[in-house]
Amino acid sequence: MSTKKFDKQNYKNTVKTYQPKPNLLLNCVKAFVVGGLICVLGQALTDFYINVFDYSEKDAASPTAATLILISAILTGLGIYDKLAQFAGAGSAVPITGFANAITSAALEHKSEGYVLGVGGNMFKLAGSVIVFGTVSAYIVGIIRFLLTQ
Amino acid sequence: MRKMGRQTWYFENNVYINEAATVAGPMEKQGPLGETYDITYDDLHCHEDNWEKAERRILQQSIQTCIQKAKLQTDQIDILLSGDLLNQNVSSNYAARALSIPLLTMFGACSTSMETLATASALVDAGFANNAVAATSSHNASAERQFRYPTEYGSQKPASATTTITGAGAALVSKNPSNIGIECATIGKVMDYQMGDPFDMGTAMAPAAFDTIKTHLGDLGRTPNDYDLILSGDLSSVGSPILKDMLKEDGINVDEIHNDCGLMVYNSDQPVFAGGSGCACSAVVTYGHVLNEIRKGNLNKVFVVATGALLSPTMIQQKETIPCIAHGVVLKREELTS
Repeated sequence: MSTKKFDKQNYKNTVKTYQPKPNLLLNCVKAFVVGGLICVLGQALTDFYINVFDYSEKDAASPTAATLILISAILTGLGIYDKLAQFAGAGSAVPITGFANAITSAALEHKSEGYVLGVGGNMFKLAGSVIVFGTVSAYIVGIIRFLLTQ
Repeated sequence: MRKMGRQTWYFENNVYINEAATVAGPMEKQGPLGETYDITYDDLHCHEDNWEKAERRILQQSIQTCIQKAKLQTDQIDILLSGDLLNQNVSSNYAARALSIPLLTMFGACSTSMETLATASALVDAGFANNAVAATSSHNASAERQFRYPTEYGSQKPASATTTITGAGAALVSKNPSNIGIECATIGKVMDYQMGDPFDMGTAMAPAAFDTIKTHLGDLGRTPNDYDLILSGDLSSVGSPILKDMLKEDGINVDEIHNDCGLMVYNSDQPVFAGGSGCACSAVVTYGHVLNEIRKGNLNKVFVVATGALLSPTMIQQKETIPCIAHGVVLKREELTS
């Protein structure tokens, strides 16, 4: 007696043929293009701050990041960023604009529970783990560097 | 005999749906059944400050509209059975706060529509209530927020994801004759085929629908030919073919008569991924379109199997799989002699 295709043990394998396959190549291309365009925008902002406001190349990084964060926060509030993200995937999640979207969207969502416990308490709900592991890995890399340069 | 086979309740006294009401949100309004809803909104906020209030409002409206359509007062309703997706069933509890009707809240995720309808029918059949209202609601944004991410968070969903519909549906059950009889109900078992992806609930829920349909037919000694329509709740474009093939493997062919509320509620060109889901999905389709078709005589016997993924984000993070359940109710056309 052969076991049935849809038996509990076989289910996971059988249903694979029914599940839509993500188009990995197309998704990668979309992410690459959108992510790249966000970086082009960042470069244009950097050039703008260097040429118009006479920032040094190093100092121009801060206002560039702040401007990208502002743009992302506004697009999140207008309900555009999540639609861009559905198209771009990692292309809009990885740049600093994705981080800003994670914070802004959580803040907007929890405004109904008040500013302190709602907005304040939940703003870093999604972004918090990025900060935690960013800090932890910075420490680890720092220690390794310290040991290697001794 | 009231209990048939293992899981089926047969209502011996004639029990009917007298009236029903549906409320729907903007995306649903643009869908193919947009004309069938009693009340629709063009904005997800539904004139309220937050998503939870919006869901509460549409649920309350569906219940009140249903009672009004039946030309009854709230104090003539003996019991309200209601459930939704939010923690502690808040939409139902707060909607009922304003209604002053004895309340039993129920949770069966997206199977709540038929869970409440089956229970309401049993209570009316047994004489514990003369007029019972079964209601349920879901709201896209309140569900997104509780089960997934903030509404404006940019995350890419896979094509197998479903879209929680914004809507509410209520039905009034009594022994007063109408065109729509409630013949029997099959209460489902929890089925878990070890699927753990909350963005593919159709695959997770198909075994629950399969089990309930197969058990139902076995309990009553019936075949799919006894029905004009077997309607699953929200299996979507991924789960529906799985259900049909699972049944086929056991010699049950429903190809010609199966449909899925999640596929009926939206147009194929709407950006809803694999289809609609949520408590209200089966409710707004059944209590609007399907009842209309039964009244018109286009459908005579319909088995509505509402499917629920009993999903908890905490359990998923603890690497658990998704337990699923499906409850079915048989609606049939009754000829009124008057």
